[in-house]
Amino acid sequence: MAEFKLKIRRYDPQSGAAPYWDEHTVELEPHRSVLEGILQARNEKDGSIGVRCSCRAAICGSCGVRVNGKPGLACHTHLDDALASAGEDGVIEVEPMGNMPIIKDLIVDMDAVHWKKIQRVTPWLIGKEPVPEREYIVSRESMIDVTQSMACIQCGACVSDCLSMEVDPLFIGPAALAKTYRFVGDPRDAAHEQRLKDLGEDKHGIYDCTHCFKCIEACPKGVAPMNQIMRLRRIAGNDFHIKDRNNGERHEMAFVKNIEKNGILHEADLLPDSYGGKFHPRAVPELISSLPIVMTALLRRKMTPAKALLHPHRAPDGVKKIYEIVEGRDERNEFNLYISGTDADNEPNPEVAAAAEVAEPAAVAPDGSEGSSA
Amino acid sequence: MPAHDVLIIGAGLAGQRAALAAAKTGATVAILSKVHPVRSHSVAAAGGINAAINPVDDWRSHAYDTIKGSDFLGDQDAIEIMCREAPAEVMWLEHAGVTFHRNEKGEMDLRAFGGASMKRTAYVADITGQALLHVLYEQLMKYHEVIDRFEEWFVTSLIVNDNGECVGAVAREIRSGRMETFNAKSVILASGGAGQCFQPTTNALICTGDGIAQAYQAGAPLMDMEMIQYHPTTLAENGFLITEGARGEGAHLLNSEGERFMEKYAPNKMELASRDVVSRAEQTEILEGRGVGPDKQGIYLDITVVPRKRTLEALREIVNIGKDFAGVDITREPIIIQPGMHYIMGGVKTDVNGATPLPGLYAAGEVACVSVHGGNRLGANSLLDTLIFGRRSGEHAAARALDMKMPNASDEQLNKDSAMIAEILGRPKTGRRVSEIKLELGETMNRYAAVYRDEAGLQSAHEIVRRLKEEAKTAYVDDKGAVFNQDVLGAIELDYMLDCSETIVMASLERKESRGAQFRTDYPDRNDAEWLKHIDVSRNGGDTPTISYSEVTITDWQPEARTY
Ligand SMILES: Cc1cc2nc3c(=O)[nH]c(=O)nc-3n(C[C@H](O)[C@H](O)[C@H](O)COP(=O)(O)OP(=O)(O)OC[C@H]3O[C@@H](n4cnc5c(N)ncnc54)[C@H](O)[C@@H]3O)c2cc1C
Ligand code: SF4
Ligand code: SF4
Ligand code: FES
Repeated sequence: MAEFKLKIRRYDPQSGAAPYWDEHTVELEPHRSVLEGILQARNEKDGSIGVRCSCRAAICGSCGVRVNGKPGLACHTHLDDALASAGEDGVIEVEPMGNMPIIKDLIVDMDAVHWKKIQRVTPWLIGKEPVPEREYIVSRESMIDVTQSMACIQCGACVSDCLSMEVDPLFIGPAALAKTYRFVGDPRDAAHEQRLKDLGEDKHGIYDCTHCFKCIEACPKGVAPMNQIMRLRRIAGNDFHIKDRNNGERHEMAFVKNIEKNGILHEADLLPDSYGGKFHPRAVPELISSLPIVMTALLRRKMTPAKALLHPHRAPDGVKKIYEIVEGRDERNEFNLYISGTDADNEPNPEVAAAAEVAEPAAVAPDGSEGSSA
Repeated sequence: MPAHDVLIIGAGLAGQRAALAAAKTGATVAILSKVHPVRSHSVAAAGGINAAINPVDDWRSHAYDTIKGSDFLGDQDAIEIMCREAPAEVMWLEHAGVTFHRNEKGEMDLRAFGGASMKRTAYVADITGQALLHVLYEQLMKYHEVIDRFEEWFVTSLIVNDNGECVGAVAREIRSGRMETFNAKSVILASGGAGQCFQPTTNALICTGDGIAQAYQAGAPLMDMEMIQYHPTTLAENGFLITEGARGEGAHLLNSEGERFMEKYAPNKMELASRDVVSRAEQTEILEGRGVGPDKQGIYLDITVVPRKRTLEALREIVNIGKDFAGVDITREPIIIQPGMHYIMGGVKTDVNGATPLPGLYAAGEVACVSVHGGNRLGANSLLDTLIFGRRSGEHAAARALDMKMPNASDEQLNKDSAMIAEILGRPKTGRRVSEIKLELGETMNRYAAVYRDEAGLQSAHEIVRRLKEEAKTAYVDDKGAVFNQDVLGAIELDYMLDCSETIVMASLERKESRGAQFRTDYPDRNDAEWLKHIDVSRNGGDTPTISYSEVTITDWQPEARTY
């Protein structure tokens, strides 16, 4: 057992008073959740603390809040972790989520923002005709793939701190666009093109995201909304030739071509290839997760983005081989993030592993020195 | 006053399925839920849903497994309907958009589940309930013009008119505190289970038995209330569920000696025997000193025997639960579990169309008792139950409504409920806290109405519950406001839980035999001669529960000894 100090942002709309901080000390084991802390305060001291919650297990999506300024689920944030990110006074701050009006204490109006945006993206399957008598026959991978966006629990944490939404409240936003991928990635859906046209032409749609990564950081379920948005853009551009309002597709192709040419990322080339202004080294993880799976297999073998950025190489044969394999495929393989985050032990595809084997010696700079001399 | 042909209380799987079915007939529909529909507890269901869709499977085999699982207390006519209609229902879900896991051929994949004679559980990783619930909600959004949704509305009572018909419900809009009478020709209760009567439980904080208590207060009988399922694998740490899918994928149960002890109790089915059988085996190991963990109250669940890739793909949610809530990587080391309260087989008594004996009132899902689960529910049969009987009650409630005029509903019940809330808000700070009473109730039920029961224990539980009922009358609340006053709703839920608990304890005392989930150490055998019958509990207009019996419907399958 340990003591934790919680500072909860309170607001009572009936009182006419401004929001204020309310401090409680709770006693719990350190790996218990912030939600349990709030509930202890509510059960034992002040029953009027307002917080939505139900499952306590990060599955119902009720308890989205900000802990020390970061959005997430109260039931999915350990007290010790929260303490570690607290300010010098060691007090854990719990506030309502952002980008949505506050109803009371930690409770925000999700209908006014989040659910309205979900409703905007035609959030139901438009099944291909004819509807089969039994199940639609679709590939195993495709269903596992959409399961990543299906894993969204609609908690709103990603909406809370979306940078674009702060600037443009009409931006359809991370959760609703991740939901869109759930249909666009679903081979049973008959309206991929209409959906992408609709959300590509809407100026608050798929091209309104600024790659700020906040939604990926916030999401407790690994949905990685920004990645889903990037996949929507890729499909829109590659498969349906929908024009990117913000040049993002060219930017991404610049990454791919750059690596094809250099073996690893060469920043100096990238900037002119793409366009200035929006590039940021933090965009590298996006590259890692959005390139086809063979690329990631290669990159994951020891190469860090920093090394990659600092030490350009000429593309070794292995990398070229990988491009040949990938580009020679009839079907594009979307990197399946639902499983890949933890698939360290999966047997590698032999074809790909062989290529990566060839690529490895040249692509990896063991200590950085080799890179600078190249 | 809003008026609809069909009013549905609860927006979990049963309620949403009922709404879609009723709307399809052209009826006007309203659906109310005290939380946003996707927060409903159905979202937590992990493992999957049963249906004999494999061409070499047969619904009769599913029916037999269900009947045997129920320890022959399930009504076989209802079980036949459920199992026969299951494949079409699962295909309907697939067409609506559920992303069921596929096999290599692109067909729906099936996994093994406890008590089943073959693989027949369809699933979406281990977020099946979430996937189903969110897809149904997609359909509610699609049909938003014909289904009126009232989200975050808390129902406080059913309305029964002078003819003894249910004609609507009273509800409070949580965000404003406004009370409203909802008038309807037919009312469907789909408000879920009552797991919070027990502490710990796998059930969410909202599972407080509201509908069971409301129906009971309105005069409808409850059935099989003694049948409480303890799930064999709940985290010793905090009661969270580790899905049966884990054992379906091949995980082992081990005692402190490292023995796979299920060999002794169910040599054929091993870890995949019925839940009551496995939970009892674990409890016996623990009682005989072969438990594990700091206080020897746990059992090891060893998932490391499942290939890691498969675990990560098909059991991802429990990998996370292990990591986030117990600090264990289940792919590398065993995790400590114990039997924990999980499901209530009993509920509001209905026929196979969801109709209760109270005219105009239907019930479906965990709140209802058809009874397809009898003494023990098979894993992955509950989602099926919610959908089949949700749909059937939606259709039948709508058909009933088509033939009638809108009955009158007065604001009499609304006035009573408003007065009740005012009374709660006005209570002086001299009573006990609601949370304190709730905790004592939960611990009491978990001690005396658990895996093993006896007369003396149940008697003490009964006394404690009755005392708590008195204390609840003066339990005070801190929040006096109208906006999102969760405190006052907590006090109302406490009353519901106490009603449910009282009927659970009374029915457990009444059944003087051991069958399914009810194991009486003082009556350790099943006694078909005297007890092959349902126990019904109702108030019959009075204040105290009265007990009666009803027949178990037997079609093709005669009771036999139950071994796994
Ligand atoms: C952790 C867990 C895992 C499970 N896994 C499986 C599984 O793999 N397979 C399986 O078949 N079953 C499983 N079950 C059981 C199954 O999930 C439930 O029995 C089933 O989902 C119940 O659905 P329901 O629609 O009846 O109720 P719920 O989903 O609980 O919905 C109840 C609804 O009623 C509303 N409500 C309640 N009271 C009020 C009120 N006073 N006013 C207004 N609205 C109200 C709620 O807001 C909610 O919308 C699991 C259960 C748990 C706890
Ligand atoms: S990456 Fe895009 S969608 Fe995600 S938070 Fe930033 S701007 Fe919003
Ligand atoms: S994408 Fe993640 S953060 Fe956003 S609503 Fe869904 S689960 Fe929550
Ligand atoms: S309480 Fe359900 S997600 Fe936190």
